[in-house]
Amino acid sequence: MTKFSRRGFLAGTSVVAGAFTFGFSFPLARAQGIAGSEVTAWVVIQPDEAVIIRIARAEMGQGSLTGLAQLVAEELDCDWDKVRFELVKPGENRRRRRVWRDMATGGSRAIRGSQEYLRQGGATARAMLVRAAAEGWGVDPAQLTVAKGVITDAASGRTTTYGAVAAAAMQVAAPATVTLKDPRDWKIAGRPLKRLDTRDKLDGTLVYGVDLKLPGMLVAVPRACPVHGGKLVSFNADAVRAMPGVRHVLKVDDETVAIVADNFWRAKTALDELPVVWDEGPGAKASSATIAAMLKEGLSAETPFVGNRAGDAMAVLAKATKVIEAEYSYPYQNHAPMEVLAATARWTPERCDVWAPTQVAEAALEAVVAASGLAPEACEVNVMRIGGSFGRRLATDYVTMAVRIARQVPGVPVKMMWTREEDMAQGRFHPVTRCRLRASVGADGTIEALHMRIAGQSIGAYARPEAVAKSGDPAVFQGLNQGGAEGAFGYAVPNLLIDFAMRNPHVRPGYWRGVNLNHNAIYVECFIDELAHAAGADPLAFRRKLLAGSPRHLAVFDAVGQGIGWDKPAATGVHRGIAQIMGFGSYVAAAAEVSVTGGKLRIHRIVAATDPGHVVNPQQVEAQIVGSFVYGLSAALHGECTVRDGRIEQQNFDTYEVMRLDEMPVVEVILKPSGGFWGGVGEPTIAVAAPAVLNAVFAARGKRVRDLPLKNISLGTA
Amino acid sequence: MATLNINGKAVTIEGEDDTPLLWAIRDHVGLTGTKYGCGIAQCGACTVHVDGVATRSCVVTVGALGEEQKIVTIEGLGAERPHPVQEAWAELDVAQCGYCQVGMMMASAALLARNPNPSDDEIRAEITNICRCGTYQRVLAGVKLAAARMPNRG
Repeated sequence: MTKFSRRGFLAGTSVVAGAFTFGFSFPLARAQGIAGSEVTAWVVIQPDEAVIIRIARAEMGQGSLTGLAQLVAEELDCDWDKVRFELVKPGENRRRRRVWRDMATGGSRAIRGSQEYLRQGGATARAMLVRAAAEGWGVDPAQLTVAKGVITDAASGRTTTYGAVAAAAMQVAAPATVTLKDPRDWKIAGRPLKRLDTRDKLDGTLVYGVDLKLPGMLVAVPRACPVHGGKLVSFNADAVRAMPGVRHVLKVDDETVAIVADNFWRAKTALDELPVVWDEGPGAKASSATIAAMLKEGLSAETPFVGNRAGDAMAVLAKATKVIEAEYSYPYQNHAPMEVLAATARWTPERCDVWAPTQVAEAALEAVVAASGLAPEACEVNVMRIGGSFGRRLATDYVTMAVRIARQVPGVPVKMMWTREEDMAQGRFHPVTRCRLRASVGADGTIEALHMRIAGQSIGAYARPEAVAKSGDPAVFQGLNQGGAEGAFGYAVPNLLIDFAMRNPHVRPGYWRGVNLNHNAIYVECFIDELAHAAGADPLAFRRKLLAGSPRHLAVFDAVGQGIGWDKPAATGVHRGIAQIMGFGSYVAAAAEVSVTGGKLRIHRIVAATDPGHVVNPQQVEAQIVGSFVYGLSAALHGECTVRDGRIEQQNFDTYEVMRLDEMPVVEVILKPSGGFWGGVGEPTIAVAAPAVLNAVFAARGKRVRDLPLKNISLGTA
Repeated sequence: MATLNINGKAVTIEGEDDTPLLWAIRDHVGLTGTKYGCGIAQCGACTVHVDGVATRSCVVTVGALGEEQKIVTIEGLGAERPHPVQEAWAELDVAQCGYCQVGMMMASAALLARNPNPSDDEIRAEITNICRCGTYQRVLAGVKLAAARMPNRG
């Protein structure tokens, strides 16, 4: 018997009876309450041959759940058609001494951060199942073979199945070591298999955080001070207490009030009527203009914080006859996942149970423990699948709030749900930065010297202050480092200085899909384009020369150049741009074809290439890369969160516009896994989306766009 | 209090008449396949059919609807057998997080009912729902695949 609790509908996805089968087979064992055998922590096998693979990383649409299962199933040699999944709970992980290890899902690390121990978990289970069969038959396990969960003894012609030997395998000692397959021999991993988590998304039965219902449940809708850092002074509960459905009007924390009602609409309606007095604090004086001025000052200030240095860029630039200089900026962005933030909590003096979508289940559990005032053993987080997150749920603010509300309504489950307007106001925003770049180009068409000064906000200074030095945050140099997985600068520049002046406005920053690579790639790739133009060189040929010593950067770059047909002229009125970067362990490039007609930009076609080392599910990687253009170009075309009187001005999708189907270009994806390393795929491509298009826009109109979003720029014919 | 016809059944909504249809469907009827995304008819996550027309249920109040109007949600769309749009979505693995996809499919099904063979440009113009994961390329392919499979295609 497995010790892992599988009671409750959140324990997995499986077997919701219904008319919707789509031709998939899904065993009914679990619906019938038949227990399975936990062979290893990752693998549970049931007598009917169903294979349940435990998933410890968050699934928010990025598809890693399926890839992670493929890695386990590959080494297990089970029948993929029998595979289902089950989400691990952080309290259970804690109780079992982190047998499922790190549950955090960010930085495009779900696959690359866990592939080795997952494959080992699958291989170990395989070895134990084979040994159980061998012991049953009294033969040497080495003579047995496995295919699709069927164990065969060729010598005697006998066969058995994983389902038949799983209970016995639990009693077998795990092997001390296992040998993993060469990826070239993969049969399940590496294939474009369909996702395991689709069916309930298509019939409406998937229960997201906002959909949860528990008996006797109430719904809370919060409002925090719209100026970050401000305080809640008072509210007049009497003004709304008699409104339909209202049960409680609560102070959640020093900056937040909430209405608890019998449903969302009634809570929201009352909240809209609630008189609230805020002390908005010093942040209320800030505006986009004051923040820009703060950052501009940083562009020329002294800073000791250097990310990458070679030679003596400042001395060479001081002597250069011609220095090319440009200044760029990147605005605040909101994650704006389609599912607004929500979490449900039930608190009693003895216990606190939470149901929450989260990218950091273990940190969410810590937040529950802290907010509940209870011991860790008395708390659990039931992890839910997420309706988009993009980094927003790396923060646990909403989990803490849900518990603080539930604690004031003991014994009653309370679902806390934000409005879209609250989500826009209380985001953890893509940080603002500005960048001044200065360079000189030699007669041979290479860059003699480059100084890149970034001034702006550090996410780490807010989100992980313990990890950030006083002078700066090394993560801000993503994509600009001398080496390493988090982004090696690919260009050969003999005199190079990349430094950072930290300037932190009051607006709370967060890890927004693509993080610091997004603006860094725009700064570098657009400015390199400027240098090519100034040197009278072709932007592709100019970069190729500088990338000669970075073969992996060059390989994806060349792939998009060929894919877009750079060596052939584009159609009349169509213009091209190109960009490359490395980040999140992977090498990415993009080439775009655009036209600008009557002041209107149209992005026709994009060719993207990625080398992530290994590809576990090509069609899911493709989906991530295509989706990255939607996320990156939504920001480049439309996205900006501006500040007025200290608060974010955009409150909903009418003013925070995003790309829709009418603007979607055709995206062609080239996967070039070169092996030998593991990179991420959910984020890096976002970074090349904007500069490839911005460089194409320059080609179309002969004028640079250096401040985003493009909606603010008149593209009228020059 | 209003009586509505949802997925072929008469349902009495025990709430204020200014309750948006979205919240009546989710909280009074208990069908949570229809999603809240913005509340201002921008994103389309709440799309349902009212007499066959794709309608953003977050801005239609229950008081403005009558019992004679036939409201269909995702739970009704595929009740008897999966709609061709749902089948196409499964075949192409369109969904990523899936949150917006119910609205996408409801909008697509309504489009195909009106225009069984839409061009790419028609699909691009008429499916205005927001997807933040960025599934648009597969949504476009999904609508075309469903169109090719529609049983009564003329």
